[in-house]
Amino acid sequence: MKGYQKYFTNKLLWFLVTLVSAFILNFILPRLMPGDPVAAIVARVAQGMNNATGVQAIYEQYTELFGTNKPIIEQFFIYIRNVARGDFGFSFSQYPRTVADVIKSSIWWTVALQFPAIIVGWLIGNTLGALAAYLKGGFDKVLMPISIFVSNLPAFGMAVILLVIFAVNLGWFPTSGGYGYDLIPNLSWNFIKSVIYHYQLPFWSIVLITIGGQAIGMRSMSIYELNADYVKYSRFMGIKDRKIVRYVFRNAMLPQITGLALAIGTMVGGALVAEIIFSYPGLGSTILTAVLGGDYPLISATALIITIMVLSANFLIEILYGFLDPRIKAAQAD
Amino acid sequence: MKHTFQQIFRSTNFVIGFVILMAILLTVIIYPLLIPDAPLEIIGQGTFFPPGIYVSVYDSINSNTYTLKLDDAAAKRIASKLDDEDRLAMQEWLVASGIPEDEIDIEDTAKLLDQWETNFDSTKKISGMTNAQRNYYIRLNKSLQGLLSIEGAIIAEKNAETGTLEEKDVILQSDYVNVNRVANVRVLPLGTDNFGRDVLTELVKATTVSLQIGFVAGTIATLIGLILGLLSGYIGGFVDDAIMFITNLFTVIPSIVLLILISFSIGQEHRGAFTIAVVIGFTSWVWTARAVRSQVISLRNRDHVNLSKLSGHSIAHIILADILPYIASYVVMAFILQISSGILAEAGLSILGLGPRTTEVPTLGLMMQWAMIYQAQILGKWWAYFPVIITIALITFSMNLMNTGLDQVFNPALRD
Repeated sequence: MKGYQKYFTNKLLWFLVTLVSAFILNFILPRLMPGDPVAAIVARVAQGMNNATGVQAIYEQYTELFGTNKPIIEQFFIYIRNVARGDFGFSFSQYPRTVADVIKSSIWWTVALQFPAIIVGWLIGNTLGALAAYLKGGFDKVLMPISIFVSNLPAFGMAVILLVIFAVNLGWFPTSGGYGYDLIPNLSWNFIKSVIYHYQLPFWSIVLITIGGQAIGMRSMSIYELNADYVKYSRFMGIKDRKIVRYVFRNAMLPQITGLALAIGTMVGGALVAEIIFSYPGLGSTILTAVLGGDYPLISATALIITIMVLSANFLIEILYGFLDPRIKAAQAD
Repeated sequence: MKHTFQQIFRSTNFVIGFVILMAILLTVIIYPLLIPDAPLEIIGQGTFFPPGIYVSVYDSINSNTYTLKLDDAAAKRIASKLDDEDRLAMQEWLVASGIPEDEIDIEDTAKLLDQWETNFDSTKKISGMTNAQRNYYIRLNKSLQGLLSIEGAIIAEKNAETGTLEEKDVILQSDYVNVNRVANVRVLPLGTDNFGRDVLTELVKATTVSLQIGFVAGTIATLIGLILGLLSGYIGGFVDDAIMFITNLFTVIPSIVLLILISFSIGQEHRGAFTIAVVIGFTSWVWTARAVRSQVISLRNRDHVNLSKLSGHSIAHIILADILPYIASYVVMAFILQISSGILAEAGLSILGLGPRTTEVPTLGLMMQWAMIYQAQILGKWWAYFPVIITIALITFSMNLMNTGLDQVFNPALRD
């Protein structure tokens, strides 16, 4: 365990640096644009809301929250303090709910949908890709064009196609929502059943998209490894094929794990859009309502939350990678 | 150079991708020349007219009629009026009145009508049938008789003086018009969208705009990536550290978040198609920069580069003459991928409601967004969204195929 210390400290430091940078970007981007952000917000409040006391409350809240009369460095610390407290202010479009409240009710839908789907898709995709590289022939010839085509469909395209086939035409699954519209979220068996029922289509649409891309990557990695010198050498040595295959796939797997860490941001982005197609009550739909309602605080907070989610997932994958890749352990021993 | 092109065009993947892409490009270039309609003109009053040939009723009444005696005309006419529900109801009645179920075929309109005519009797009482149901059957029977009548439809004209209607013309059931002779015929191969715009014309224009967005975004991303990659790989040291820090940062911070924040900050008024393309370009250079850097690092200490250095060539010359040619193939491949991911990014942003805010040009993403907002997918209006998805998929598919083909040519490890 001691050998890993440097690697992990390194990764943790990097995680913190990216996190701080994400905060800074989130803070600076809106302020880089021409015009005063608070003025813009107040202008949007006037369009988006018709509750006079609400406008007043928000106006006061934001003068304090942004502290626009203070220097920019101080504003930044005010922002950090507010974020640390989980205080993102009121949502414009869903006043009097706070942003934290809106996000709290949608974030778990997204987490529970996307990460299992991406992991399942990744596992299936890699298995299929490895099989295609090893078996070649017919399996490869069928799987590859399908994978290439599927991975080129945008996530929302796959979502729409599944929706139309299985929900609209066959009527096997519901067309929208995260649970039956006649239910109130609770822990009853009825509710859980409804959630699982609504979960299927969004889940499989993300899985299918992920499978396509991963299978292609794993196939070329495996082909590359299968041609490597150590494989030929092992064959000359008379080592059994089964054993060689195990080495090959373990080696081909490593870049795929790094690939997953790097691509998880893009995948989450695509899946957020897929959520909208199913009106799934997650962050994707939250962004849509926020955009349509000109709800700046909600968008900013959602963007931050998504970044934190992706960064954390990334961090976890890299920690896992540290355990899986023997080279890292070896490097630490030096 | 010539040899390289020959090799590239021998790769099946590349050729297939190239042909698909060229077909799309040719379509978007030639179609507007043949059909110069304004792509965003609202022609339909109402949402989602199904695909088909729209013939002006007024003009067809006034054009020359031809008499055609077609045997199955009446059956077809009735078949198109009788929906499945009515057929099932008829079957139910016939079964209830004592006809064996296996003798009834609801698909065979002529036979069904024949059975209906011989058996139906509105006074007959069937046990278990409510009054409402009986009335329904009586209505159904009446409408069937209306369909079966052989009289023509009368065209009347209002007399300007007396205000009474006067018979002007009779249209017989065997009267036909030649579509070519009708003054106003509009072919809508993909129907209309939620605003009543011709989907096909709009789609062609949207594809053009989306390709342009992809091209602009791809060019910007590739240029930034190339320059940063070259600087960081060749110069090394502090420059490398600084650039790699930024690159690593933007690799992990999801670009969709940046896209959302920037697009929203720009504000609705300023969000044109070009702006969106620039924003996409500025958020997607990371991969190119990383890959170019690692290639440059492996090239940096090759003999020919060292020779160039010894000969006293400037950095710019070395980069242009000794390094760029070696990574050109990779940069072209990256550029192709950037274009396709730019098109996808625009579509995703538009569905989130952050796409180009424009009323002058359509984009593939905007078409998708409107179709989703009007729930075309749930209403079964496939022509509003399916062609869009297929177009996006074809563009990205063709570009990825080209990319795979190039990869097989330039990367010997992947050759079969």
